[in-house]
Amino acid sequence: MNFDNPAIEIENLTKEFGKHTVLNNLSFSIPRNKITTILGFSGAGKSTLLKHILGLHQPTSGTVSVLGNNLKDLDPMKLREFRQNFGMLFQYAALFDSMTAVENVAFPMREFTTFSNEEIIKKAEDLLLSVGIKEVSFARLPSELSGGMRKRVGLARGLALNPHIMLYDEPTTGLDPITTQMVNDLIVDTAAKNSDRGMTSIIISHDVKATLRISDFVAFLDRGNIVEYLPVEEFKKSSNPLVQEFINL
Amino acid sequence: MVIAQFKTFIEAIGSATILNVQGLGSICRFILKFFYWILKPPFRFKLLAEQFYFIGNKSLFIITLAGSFTGMVMAYQTYFGFKLINVDSLVGSVVAISLAKELAPVLSGLIVAGRAGAAMAAQIGTMKVTEQVDALEVMGIDSYQYLAVPRILAATLALPMLSIVFLFVGNVGSFIVGTVALLIDETMYLSKLGEFMFVGDIVQGIIKATVFGFLIAVIGTYFGFNVTKGAEGVGKGTNLAVVWGMISVLVLDYFLTSFLIQVL
Repeated sequence: MNFDNPAIEIENLTKEFGKHTVLNNLSFSIPRNKITTILGFSGAGKSTLLKHILGLHQPTSGTVSVLGNNLKDLDPMKLREFRQNFGMLFQYAALFDSMTAVENVAFPMREFTTFSNEEIIKKAEDLLLSVGIKEVSFARLPSELSGGMRKRVGLARGLALNPHIMLYDEPTTGLDPITTQMVNDLIVDTAAKNSDRGMTSIIISHDVKATLRISDFVAFLDRGNIVEYLPVEEFKKSSNPLVQEFINL
Repeated sequence: MVIAQFKTFIEAIGSATILNVQGLGSICRFILKFFYWILKPPFRFKLLAEQFYFIGNKSLFIITLAGSFTGMVMAYQTYFGFKLINVDSLVGSVVAISLAKELAPVLSGLIVAGRAGAAMAAQIGTMKVTEQVDALEVMGIDSYQYLAVPRILAATLALPMLSIVFLFVGNVGSFIVGTVALLIDETMYLSKLGEFMFVGDIVQGIIKATVFGFLIAVIGTYFGFNVTKGAEGVGKGTNLAVVWGMISVLVLDYFLTSFLIQVL
């Protein structure tokens, strides 16, 4: 599928680790202001693709363009600055365990903004409230929070710098059904709340049910290549046997 | 059959050599990165202060304890040896020189390697396996600059200071044992100390401690960043950091001694 002015454009991306080809001449683009999910079995190359989008891996060949910038053209310092366009919710939230919830959210603002301490704390508290964390938990350490609360704090931290692209790496892995539902709702809410500034959401997942419920577009990655990429309603009806096998698992 | 075994043997040696050279190269790159990032803003003084507090202040008690007892034991051992040849008045100076040149930097180094080197590897290793290091990178923060630079700099600055504390309390311990328990004349003890000990002896110890501090932190952070495979990996990384930290102190001590003896 081709989109006008896509958030991410990948052309002929190949990544080899030694003799092992993880991404194989992969080309596709991700539209702005939509929720796109990249589905695939374990080992399909989802995490490697994510790292290329973030510029953490260099392609063996091909190009990755994000918000109109070819990542290859950015020197390491510029690339580092450019990553401020991304927010990311990690699989297990990856909160800094020595910092409280509010300090975790304040951290990116302390690093990259010139706001006063009071302003930063106020913004961090507002973000925490917006993802459903109550005031009583602001001063708690990650180890004192439940899995679902950690995800909420991780999401608030990801949103701290008003990213243009929000990435979700296996957001519901290891969560109970109720928390899974909560996280999925949170992803949709976050996308809706930030749609006025055109925030793009990309989910890396193997959770088919959630994907079909919350995504606008779904790409299916298999052995380093996109084998199907469709709007969600069309994806459900895909005739690709691999996709059908995955959906019916 | 014999040829095949010989071939396997040679291949094993070749593989081990390649691995070790790669490891050495990797550590050298790791060290070069320190000199690159230390000059690049933002300068993280708060993190430096936190690490300095952890490595320096939090090691003070154990350094004081180890230093005082080392001085006391040294005084005893030296006294009974020297008494046989009637030079027991030299106990103070011999203990002081031993402490200044060798025992203070080496034992402080071993203590810091066991305490702070292990903590560095464990902290960074845990952050690595729980994706906290990735989180820093995704935010656009260089994890090396954020995690390694303050630790390496703090250890490089703190260890010479700890070594000086070790030297001081060691001499106090030796003086107390020498004059109170072994009944060496106080004036004689101090005059011989002043006569035979030079500033160069202390400088030698400080140089050694500075190098040890740098190396211990480099090894601790290096093994932390190279942790893989979850909790088991963190344990392994921590273990390697302590073992290699201690071995490096002892091996490097020989080479530094042979070099500094020529220079100072």
